[in-house]
Amino acid sequence: MKFDQPATTNPIDQERVVTRPHTRIEGPLKVTGQAPYAYEYRLPEAPTYGFVLGAGVARGRITAIDTAAAEAAPGVLLVLTHENMPAQGASDTPVPQQEDASPQLAGPEIRHYHQAVAFVVAETFEQARAAAHLIRVTYDVTPGQFTLADTLEEGKEPDDAADSVVGDFEEAFGAAAVTVDLTYTTPDQSQAPMEPHATIAHWEGEELTVHTAHQVVHWVKRGLAMTLKVPQKNVRVISAYVGGGFGTKLLFFSDAVLSAAAARVLGRPVKTALQRPLIFNNTSHRAATIQRVRLGADHAGNLSAVGHDTWTGNLPGGDSEPACEQTKYLYAGPNRQIRTRQSELDLPPGASMRAPGEAVGMLAIEGAMDELAEKLGVDPVELRLMNDVQFDPEKGPKRPFSSRKLAQALRTGARAFGWDGRPRTPRERQEGEWLIGYGVASAFRTNLVKPSGATVRLEPGGTLTVETQMTDIGTGSYTILGQVAAEMLGLTLEQVQVRLGDSEYPASSGSGGSWGANSASAGVYAACDALRRDLAKQAGYPYADAVFRSGKVWQGAECTELSELAGKEGVSATGSMTYGDLDEQFAQAGFGAHFVEVRVNAHTAEIRVNRALSVVGAGRILNPVTARSQCLGGMTMGIGSALMEELHVDHDLGLFVNHDLGEYHVPVHADIPDMDVIFLDELDDASSPLRAKGLGELGISGVGAAVANAVYNATGVRVRDFPITLDKILAGWDD
Amino acid sequence: MTPPTAPQGAAPSEGPQPVPATLPVTLTVNGQERTLELDPRVSLLDTLREHLHLTGTKKGCDHGQCGACTVLLDGQRVLSCLTLAVMHDGQAVTTIEGLGTPDDLHPLQDAFIRHDGYQCGYCTPGQLCSSVGTLDEIARGVPSHVTADLDDVRFSADELRERLSGNLCRCAAYPNIIAAVSEVHASQNGASQNGTAQPGAAQNGVGQ
Ligand code: FES
Ligand code: FES
Repeated sequence: MKFDQPATTNPIDQERVVTRPHTRIEGPLKVTGQAPYAYEYRLPEAPTYGFVLGAGVARGRITAIDTAAAEAAPGVLLVLTHENMPAQGASDTPVPQQEDASPQLAGPEIRHYHQAVAFVVAETFEQARAAAHLIRVTYDVTPGQFTLADTLEEGKEPDDAADSVVGDFEEAFGAAAVTVDLTYTTPDQSQAPMEPHATIAHWEGEELTVHTAHQVVHWVKRGLAMTLKVPQKNVRVISAYVGGGFGTKLLFFSDAVLSAAAARVLGRPVKTALQRPLIFNNTSHRAATIQRVRLGADHAGNLSAVGHDTWTGNLPGGDSEPACEQTKYLYAGPNRQIRTRQSELDLPPGASMRAPGEAVGMLAIEGAMDELAEKLGVDPVELRLMNDVQFDPEKGPKRPFSSRKLAQALRTGARAFGWDGRPRTPRERQEGEWLIGYGVASAFRTNLVKPSGATVRLEPGGTLTVETQMTDIGTGSYTILGQVAAEMLGLTLEQVQVRLGDSEYPASSGSGGSWGANSASAGVYAACDALRRDLAKQAGYPYADAVFRSGKVWQGAECTELSELAGKEGVSATGSMTYGDLDEQFAQAGFGAHFVEVRVNAHTAEIRVNRALSVVGAGRILNPVTARSQCLGGMTMGIGSALMEELHVDHDLGLFVNHDLGEYHVPVHADIPDMDVIFLDELDDASSPLRAKGLGELGISGVGAAVANAVYNATGVRVRDFPITLDKILAGWDD
Repeated sequence: MTPPTAPQGAAPSEGPQPVPATLPVTLTVNGQERTLELDPRVSLLDTLREHLHLTGTKKGCDHGQCGACTVLLDGQRVLSCLTLAVMHDGQAVTTIEGLGTPDDLHPLQDAFIRHDGYQCGYCTPGQLCSSVGTLDEIARGVPSHVTADLDDVRFSADELRERLSGNLCRCAAYPNIIAAVSEVHASQNGASQNGTAQPGAAQNGVGQ
């Protein structure tokens, strides 16, 4: 099925199951510990245990690797290094790929700290771990470039973030009545899902099965096949429960490649979970940025010049952190200059983390809007309303937004939050020893859709089974896809079984870039559409007249039970959704507004978030329970990015030094107050038949800026070097 | 700069070590007595997951920084990755599997479902075991960092947030977890004034 015309009325519009606040159908399994994550499958044959040893240098060559002691250690079955690693597909970049060969232990060259240099397999985990520490590695160290700020001159325009230049920015900025010119820095950040990257690999003859923690099943299936040089059809991937991804499980790493390679050598299953202190440098992270925002406006606040430049770095061949992308779409302004420059760094691989680009780009543009509002003496909400625009500002009115409720989100949020009662000037409100501040920011995240398929089977007895490679990384896929199928076939959610995350099922969009719920639902929609047509035909009703309700298909007052149509064998249909060019005809994005109140201790500058509200316009909300949780999760990670998350670079040795959960601070219970989410009524006809848009990343996109603006409002100190920690506030007070 | 000759954590060592002896250990796990012969290096966590195949208890960090491995040891919450099984001969362990089953949920498990107190579910068994331990600690009058009067320990949302802060949830179900645990506390204590359940969460959660 191809979605190339805006949606018209369809069975989802009934909203009898979709949009209802169903709790998660897999919930009972998760809360009782019965849901199996990748490392937890029990195979008929006892597993062996893998342990990855990471490089102790950031750049150089292995000159010698002595594995004799490890090989002789109790229980050790195999030690793999670059010297005995079986042949692999090649890659021209050290950055692991989504669906292409990503070799491990490919040679003596070290391209980043904690790159895998050896893999020990033993009968037990304890034996493998102990043996790994007996390996002696000697390196010839090469100096590396670990400091983004030293590479700015060398930056190149990346393929994934093209320049947007409209009008004459420099002239307009120079002529503008009121301007701001501000530089922001955001640090390297870690996705840090609670489930480590983990894999169990086993072979039966030439056929490989991997249970692995991954976001997109067909990517890792193809990538592993290319890496191991086996046909794709010989690889089965199972990723039925994933303990969080946040982007890092879009790629596949040493646990998957080395477990699979070793299992083949040994003829026994190998299971490996990356040890937590390895994950931060061995896998992917969000790369640091330096951003310069220049805004020019007239005295009223109408933007005439919008400039946003980003500098970011990565290993050669890696993606950029496209922190200016949202600025292409967020506000009006006839003269625009939006550019990303990427340089080469020898730090670990940068890749996707929740809302690549926006999550850190919004910290800059929305901070700058706050500073501009202050300079103009206008309400920051008003400034945003004034510069709202209903079409792509680069392309003009010929490319309207499919839906854009930024203004409504700002107004609704301002009312609900009590924005009118805010302290108007910094340090205006103090309660005891706490300074109180309010902040606002817009929310923006590009809407993406991906082709996705599913099989649906009407079982004997009249229940329905949905099967798709789609993953549920906490996003609610099990429940949402069940709701979509129930709606389409006129069943209750309890009558639908959902099976996910197995490459035996039809390929799916997988989970990433906020595209999952909408895209995978559209795939289930397509499969259900095919099944409905079959069933109507079997019942002898013209499809146009057929209505599916209460476990029956109806034509007027006449009906046939679905269980009857299912017969003894059941009836199944497979379908998939692909997309035309509606995303070119229409700019598509989720919009919203964040409101935050903080308190900052007047003596210590300790920062606490008192309350937070996100107002969200993301098309049809397929399930308000799981959607709200996605927003809370994004808001929390955004608060983390504003106040604590930072991978500290050792600029001499080229590693992230705080590579564990004790030192890389993520928000904990005590950091997060009650928070509110308001969903706006919205249907986006151009996005999918579901009329939904992406949601999982909208929560993070902008909330950190609202926190920063609130901290300024409380303290009078603008910190543009994230995260905002108390030492930076205290330094500001000293000045 | 001197090039390192050994990778992180590698201590100089004199060749292969002797085959580790095993030790017998008997644990009562979820009410069942289990006797095992274990390598003394096996953590309580790996004993549960790899030897008893009770994989409900999760490994998030394996060194006491995330809380995913929280279980109840003789009724008190502990990080099972930070302790060795052989140290607990004769003791009783309750894991998530011992709290309840899909057909017979513990009130906290039921409340987590209704309040959506999880997303990916990976931290969830730890959050639940930690919540059981926390409610018991408050009931026993064990104070915390945020307790105003050490002689009068009272339940509050802030007490919960403080005491559960060792249980990281990267999905950030925090407000919903607090709502769920508060509701269970209120219903067990027959008083609603202590409940801080969020109206939004409660309404959403009970939608079925
Ligand atoms: S696994 Fe025990 S605290 Fe993280
Ligand atoms: S539910 Fe995913 S980490 Fe808590």
